[in-house]
Amino acid sequence: MMGKIIVFLCGLVFAIGLGISGMTQPDKVVNFLDFVGNWDPSLVLVMFGGVATYFVGQRLTLSRKTSVFGGNFQLPTRMDLDARLIGGAAIFGIGWGIAGFCPGPALVSAVSGNSAVLTFIMSMAVGMYFFEALHLRHSHEPDGGASPLDSPESHHH
Amino acid sequence: MENFTPVASLVGGILIGLAAVAMLLFNAKIAGISGIFGGLLHTKRGDTLWRVLFVAGLIAGGILLRLFYPESLEFKIERSTISIMVAGLLVGFGARLGNGCTSGHGVCGIGRLAPRSIAAAGTFMTTGAVTAIVINHVFGGNI
Repeated sequence: MMGKIIVFLCGLVFAIGLGISGMTQPDKVVNFLDFVGNWDPSLVLVMFGGVATYFVGQRLTLSRKTSVFGGNFQLPTRMDLDARLIGGAAIFGIGWGIAGFCPGPALVSAVSGNSAVLTFIMSMAVGMYFFEALHLRHSHEPDGGASPLDSPESHHH
Repeated sequence: MENFTPVASLVGGILIGLAAVAMLLFNAKIAGISGIFGGLLHTKRGDTLWRVLFVAGLIAGGILLRLFYPESLEFKIERSTISIMVAGLLVGFGARLGNGCTSGHGVCGIGRLAPRSIAAAGTFMTTGAVTAIVINHVFGGNI
């Protein structure tokens, strides 16, 4: 039960972070990506804050044998680069550049009721459904990627 | 650079990182939003509730933002409905094909120094930048 409440709170804090950081404002995201125009470097700091916090936090976390409520850590194990990874990321980036939305900020913005936001979310779900329908799935978990820092004794797959 | 918000963006980034660490520490999960949301499209027993709760948390956070910081949810770019639909399709399909998005690869993966995530993030930042630059400078920022 406590674990379930914490998952909800993680989503909530994640959303507040996205909102405070500027990620839920598509104009800010587009002005970050368009670095030759009226560049807004704010998203460098979002990424730095998120990555640095996660870098330290995951190392401390993986010094434990198991998670608090969820049992063994479920970490990605693949280390190789493949065309699907790079192709998928390239396609994702084009969509991100068009609308300035990635999945998290779009879902957080749903409550604005803005028709563009709702159209984006529905189209995103359709895009994900296409992926499922084509049976391209090879892992049901988000990647996150295996890390060379993961030692075999620090966690269990 | 008049729109630069370094403090808010750094604080927001740290909150994102803390939420992602908490997902790992308490529930042993990678906080990848496209994977969590996309996983709701092929539900499996025992693997659905946590996804629903995380997405509910995102929406609850959106409600708090709407109440206390409504400017954070303003959609201020000029895009036709067709452009938005194409963007959504590409983001949804691409994130699933590439096994992650800005959260799973960009925060968790890079935070773990994972080569796959560093390559994915470098790729989507590059194609995203090229797309934004072409839209702004070839099409006048209005497609």
